Amino acid sequence: MAFALPPLPYAYDALEPYIDSTTMNIHHTKHHNTYVTNVNNVLAGENGGSLKGLSLSAIQKEVVSLPDSIKTAVRNSGGGHWNHSFFWSVMGKTGSIAEAPSGDLKSSIESTFGSLDEMQKKFNTAAATRFGSGWAWLSVNADGQLFISSTPNQDNPLMEGIVDQPGTPILGLDVWEHAYYLKYQNRRPEYIASWWKTVDFDVIAKNYTAAKSGGLPAFDTPLA
Amino acid sequence: MKLHHDKHFAAYTKKLNAALAAAGLADVVTTEGALRKLLANVGSAGGRGGSAIADPALRAAIRNNGGGVHVNHQLFFRSMTAPGTSPAPSVVLSEAIDGGFGSFDKMRSAFSAAATGLFGSGWVWLAVDTAGGNRMVVTTTANQDVPYAAKAGVVPILGLDVWEHAYYVQYQNRRPEYVEAWWSVVDWPGVEKRYTEAVEENA
Repeated sequence: MAFALPPLPYAYDALEPYIDSTTMNIHHTKHHNTYVTNVNNVLAGENGGSLKGLSLSAIQKEVVSLPDSIKTAVRNSGGGHWNHSFFWSVMGKTGSIAEAPSGDLKSSIESTFGSLDEMQKKFNTAAATRFGSGWAWLSVNADGQLFISSTPNQDNPLMEGIVDQPGTPILGLDVWEHAYYLKYQNRRPEYIASWWKTVDFDVIAKNYTAAKSGGLPAFDTPLA
Repeated sequence: MKLHHDKHFAAYTKKLNAALAAAGLADVVTTEGALRKLLANVGSAGGRGGSAIADPALRAAIRNNGGGVHVNHQLFFRSMTAPGTSPAPSVVLSEAIDGGFGSFDKMRSAFSAAATGLFGSGWVWLAVDTAGGNRMVVTTTANQDVPYAAKAGVVPILGLDVWEHAYYVQYQNRRPEYVEAWWSVVDWPGVEKRYTEAVEENA
């Protein structure tokens, strides 16, 4: 079993001017691709057989129970592959995306955070204050509640037993420096603010609906 | 280099000053030595030993910004010089390196491997374990942690920043290339000076 790098759902320059095409290109063809290569190596190696047949999302939940010989490698590379595949799926080109939440998602955001604005403020803080490398998340917990969190390195909320606040992500933002350095350098808050212009709330709504009924976000993780 | 120094280093300095003021330590921590002592007590992410500051958020601010600004970036910038201007490691330093690793090349391999293998953000150090017979070691820390917070007496004498901001503009994802190139700008006399100081201070 081997994963393939999922194609980007849009052109490399689709997210301009918010995320530059060079970054999208290097991020996808180098960083993400390396995670795919590395997780495949682990799966093909000793003890990798225990993950055979599992979906990429299911693998995240298994990380905590893996043998020490492969646990860190799967956490880092398997996490990296899931996170980046998910990341591409929540963004889209201006004009083709739903720029604000509606329906169930909108009401839940409002009842949990007060308003979309308040939710974004909290999310931005989580993203800006994640020290070092990591991700910020909007997720649904086991009680069906929305919550915001951040994780270090390539951890994600699906990694029960590893993260402080487990849940099913419905939206995520990469705050590793490679995600924004070429255009924003150290100005991470500016990157975060711009990134909202690329978020497709229709996708987030679908993720939310799936999460509420115990499902997982639907995005492409093709096998080689 | 410009971004690293004028933006990142400057930002850490500002945040550190604010954190020290908030902790009521602005008048107390006024020298590098005092800062190192504070950092040794503040502990690494795993938490160790006593801490002079009760508030965990303030402790984190000091660990991250205090470590980030003075010990780490100061050491990093001071560890380097224009390519071609540093002599090779002296006899004293070479012997110490040989003692710890067997040879300079073995030390360099170990250091480079640690640098390329470090996941996420962090630092790689060549250090003197003054609590372990002054043995030379290669060690790593995550984020802006300092090596002597996790293990007392490990004094860094050479450091390499492997946060992506340290190399992304020129090398992008090619961290191994950055690490290889960096060896050409190491200032060996400076490394030796710090080695001698560490050994003498803890004699």
